[in-house]
Amino acid sequence: MRLFFRFLIAAFALALLPQVGWAHAFLDHAEPAVGSQIHSSPVQVRIWFTERLEPVLSRIQVFNAANSEVDKRNVHIDGSNPALLEVALSPLPPGKYRVVWRVVSVDTHVTTGDFTFILAP
Amino acid sequence: MYSKDFRSPKLAAHLAATLISFAAVPLPAFAHGFAGDRFFPATISTDDPFAASEMSLPTVSAIRLPGMPSFKDITLSADLSVLVLPRTALTIGDAYEIQKPPNQRAITGFDNTDLNILYEFFENDKHEAITSLGLTWEIGGTGRHSLGASSFSTLTPTFYFGKGFGDLPDQFPLLRPFALTGTLGLSIPTRAGNRSVVIDPSTGKETVSVSPNPDVLGWGFALQYSLIYLQEHVKDIGLKAPFNHMIPLVEFAMATPLNRGAGGLTTGTVNPGVIWSGQYFQVGCEAVIPINHHTGSNVGVIAQLHFYLDDIFPQIFRKPLLTP
Repeated sequence: MRLFFRFLIAAFALALLPQVGWAHAFLDHAEPAVGSQIHSSPVQVRIWFTERLEPVLSRIQVFNAANSEVDKRNVHIDGSNPALLEVALSPLPPGKYRVVWRVVSVDTHVTTGDFTFILAP
Repeated sequence: MYSKDFRSPKLAAHLAATLISFAAVPLPAFAHGFAGDRFFPATISTDDPFAASEMSLPTVSAIRLPGMPSFKDITLSADLSVLVLPRTALTIGDAYEIQKPPNQRAITGFDNTDLNILYEFFENDKHEAITSLGLTWEIGGTGRHSLGASSFSTLTPTFYFGKGFGDLPDQFPLLRPFALTGTLGLSIPTRAGNRSVVIDPSTGKETVSVSPNPDVLGWGFALQYSLIYLQEHVKDIGLKAPFNHMIPLVEFAMATPLNRGAGGLTTGTVNPGVIWSGQYFQVGCEAVIPINHHTGSNVGVIAQLHFYLDDIFPQIFRKPLLTP
C-alpha cells in the first residue's frame, strides 16, 4: 500500500512538472478563423499551433469549391514564431474555401486537419 | 456487479516511412489516439482501440455495491501500456481495493493482476475509423480472495472499435465532433464453477455446493463530443482554456452472463463525465450510475489521471520498443 501511494505521489508530481518534452501539434487558432465567414479576401492563411513545427514537412493548402488550389504555394514558418505556419493567397472571389494542413512537430509527431471559411460577397 | 476498470491501450505511433524522402529529417511518428484528424482520448470506464505507450495512474473509483448488507468499495488502480511492435501494445494493470461493510473493519488488498495484448488491425484515416483485437488475461490467485479476487484465471478476447463522425456532410457541422468507441469481449473463466464443502454442525453431514462461473459478455461504448475537434475543424466558437481541450462523454459499461444458470442478467453502469486532454496527460471524471438494483442503488464516482508516455519520453517511447 505504501508503495502504491509512492507511485501516486510520483504520478501527480509528473503531471505538475514543467513541460519538458515535446508533443503532437494541435491547431490553437487560425486566421481566417475556423468555420468563419469573412467579407474581404484574406491575403494569407495563418495557423498557430501548440508546438514548434518542423519546417520542411509542414504544409498548408487552400482549395476553392471546385477543389482547385488557390494558395501561392509558399508555405513558411513565421520568422519570430516557430509554431506559426503561413501561406499567401491570391485575391479570392466570394465562395467557400477549405484549408488543409499537415504538420510535423519538432519531435516528429504528425498531425493533420482541415477547416473551411466562407468569403461572403 | 460493477467491474474493475481495466483500460487497455490506445493508439500509438505508426511509422510513416513513406512520408519521408528527406534523409536528413527524422522519421515522423504519428501520435497516440489519432485516426486521421480525430484525436480520441483514453476513455475511463471502457477500453478504447488504440495501442500506445501510456500510463493511467491512478484511476480512483468509489461506489456502494449491492450485498447483504451493501458496502462501500473504493478502488485505486493503475495500468501501464507499452507499444512493443507497430500497432501492438502490452498492458499490465492492477488495483488496490478497500471494501467497507457497515459497522465492520474494512477489508483491503490487491485485485488480480491483468495482462492485455492489443493489436490494431484496421485504420481508415479519412473516415476516422479504427478496429483492434485484444486478449486480456486476468491472472487467477494474484489478488486477495476475500475481496472477491478469483483463484482461477479468466481469458477475455475482445474486439475494439472507434469511429469519429468528422466525415458527415457539411450540412451537419455540429454533429462532426461526435465520436464513438466501444468494445465487445467474452470473458471465459478457466474454471466452470467453485466447489465448496459445508458441514452442518447439527447433523455432521457434508453438503457440497457449487457456485457457477459463467462466461460473461462484456460490452460497452463511449459517446464523446470533442470540443477540440469543434474548435480545430468545424468552428472556432472562441472557447478558451481549459474548455477548448475538454471532451464531454457518456460511457456505458455492461456485462451479461451467458450460461451456467446465470444467463441474461445484465449489470452495468452509465457514466457521464468529462475528460480534459493536454499535451502530455489527461484528467477525467465521471459519475457512475448503476443501471439496475443488481448493479447497485447509489451513484458512484470514478476519476483518472492518464499520461501519454510517448509524448513525455519521446526518446524512449516514440517508436515501438522492439523495433530496431
